[in-house]
Amino acid sequence: MKFFYFLTGLACFIIVAIVFIVVGNIIYLGSGNITMEFLTKAPELGMTKGGIFPAIFGTVALVVLMTIAVIPVGVLTAIYLNEYAPKKSKLLKLLRIALHNLAGVPSIVYGLFGLGFFVHFIGTGIDKIFYGGNIIFGQPAIIWASLTMAMLTLPTVVVTTEEALQSIPDSYREVAYSLGATKIQMIFKVVIPNSISGILTGGILAISRGAGEVAPIMFTGAAYYLPYLPTRLNDQFMELGYHIYVMATQSPDVEITKPILYSTVLVLFVLTLSLNFIAILIRANMRASMRR
Amino acid sequence: MKIFNKLNLIEICIKLTAFIVISALILIFIFIAKESLPIFTSREIHNETNLSKLFLPQEYNPNKGKEFLWQPVSKIPKYSVIVLLLGTLKVTFVALIFAVPIAIMAAIFTSEFSSNFIKEFIKPIIEILAGLPSVVLGFFALMILATWFQNAFGWTFRLNAITAGIAIGLAVIPIVYTITEDALNAVPKTYRDGALALGANKWQTAYRIVLPAASPGIFAACILGLGRAIGETMIVLMASGNAAIMTLDFTQSVRTLSATIAAELAEVVVGSTHYCVLFFIGAFLFIITFFINLLGYWFVNRLRIKLEGKA
Repeated sequence: MKFFYFLTGLACFIIVAIVFIVVGNIIYLGSGNITMEFLTKAPELGMTKGGIFPAIFGTVALVVLMTIAVIPVGVLTAIYLNEYAPKKSKLLKLLRIALHNLAGVPSIVYGLFGLGFFVHFIGTGIDKIFYGGNIIFGQPAIIWASLTMAMLTLPTVVVTTEEALQSIPDSYREVAYSLGATKIQMIFKVVIPNSISGILTGGILAISRGAGEVAPIMFTGAAYYLPYLPTRLNDQFMELGYHIYVMATQSPDVEITKPILYSTVLVLFVLTLSLNFIAILIRANMRASMRR
Repeated sequence: MKIFNKLNLIEICIKLTAFIVISALILIFIFIAKESLPIFTSREIHNETNLSKLFLPQEYNPNKGKEFLWQPVSKIPKYSVIVLLLGTLKVTFVALIFAVPIAIMAAIFTSEFSSNFIKEFIKPIIEILAGLPSVVLGFFALMILATWFQNAFGWTFRLNAITAGIAIGLAVIPIVYTITEDALNAVPKTYRDGALALGANKWQTAYRIVLPAASPGIFAACILGLGRAIGETMIVLMASGNAAIMTLDFTQSVRTLSATIAAELAEVVVGSTHYCVLFFIGAFLFIITFFINLLGYWFVNRLRIKLEGKA
């Protein structure tokens, strides 16, 4: 009995130790170089000096565009699935399972899809129709990267929103109907306000995932280095995660880039960590208020 | 009347969006499959590769006999998917061997033995691990873990299947832990009370009663962990060394299916054989992970039916 208690406890301890080692190393190695200058300047001299501002800017721009695309679409889809779709339809049941499973499809597959569909199919199509074959949109660009990321995070948003909608008791809906509300009024005045924290949680989890994923944007818009910030939808952009990958694997001089690399990792880590914790706090709050 | 029309418009919007989304999600698979279709149909591509060349050993060099080779940019391009598949299996094997026992035992500890205080302490730790972007884990494996391991074990190759596998294991632990703990918590308290009342101690209760009751959920946890390990890209791309070698030696560099797509897609010509083969690998990964997840959710469902039906 004592032995097994010890063994399982040890497993727990190992996990805690691993997290402390990983996080501790990132903080210890990365914190030395973080200055205002580092956060606000562009990389210089082949990324051996300067800061990471373009990468931060690119990440934020990517995530903002992705959010604009994914939240309304994801929420409307969840509303359809929970409020409109026939509950017993076999086809919809299948679709729902498919939606859940898509969340587990590797992100690199979404990258393939983004390159093949958005860049080569849609982008080149737009160029042929509107620009007489000049390459304007038929190349990797921030718009395609954020749409690819939106596809990747869509299942997350739909599933979390649907869970939030399901958690609202049917009696709420019935009361709204009995007061003479139409279905739309009921949805917008009763269902959405009551599930707003669940919807927010889904959104923030999507944003956190979008800020951290690299594989889907490698071919759809991220660039090694750009001397300018992305201002148009068909510009390429720099991104924190991709910047880390490039500096770690393809830097001309790994030793000199190390301080910058470590600090970039720390910035990305803090960014995704704080987003995740906001999501957790909102969810905890939601659960507490539901118990009341 | 005007308001009525407006309301209808919103409803139409909702239905239309849902329809578009659902068809877009189906489109993902259709599109990836479509791009890999020329492997089966195109004459030009058949000159360079076909299904048997992808999966069976080929004789490229008369002195060496039949072998599996992945050299897509050499003079005679060689596309043997088996080499990459072996790489994926090796890395996945290491990841699961490392992650599954630790995660399941830790879940048993927090759900069966520990105090509430420890439970509340472990939870955010697991959330941190789950929230680490894979590029950060890849960076950790490449810059720090690989050096430690090489110093400790003296491997010839700094980046190898074991280093990459352990790093993927770090990404798999939170998945297996969370699903296992959910499964253990789903076992009704009456089961435990019954066992304890019959004189079993806590470990006997956990091992003989709770674990068997939760077994479909724990199995689901392993399967979903497997799905994550197979598809993981950034970690292997950074920490596996990316050398396509046909060997069972785990201390040599490996190249996995996912990392191959990530490393080579940027340089291929659209519509070329290489492009089609990469999409073929993508479609393969899609199908495999999709069905692994399906199996996982099927087991989760079975657990629910089992516990609710009997309790």
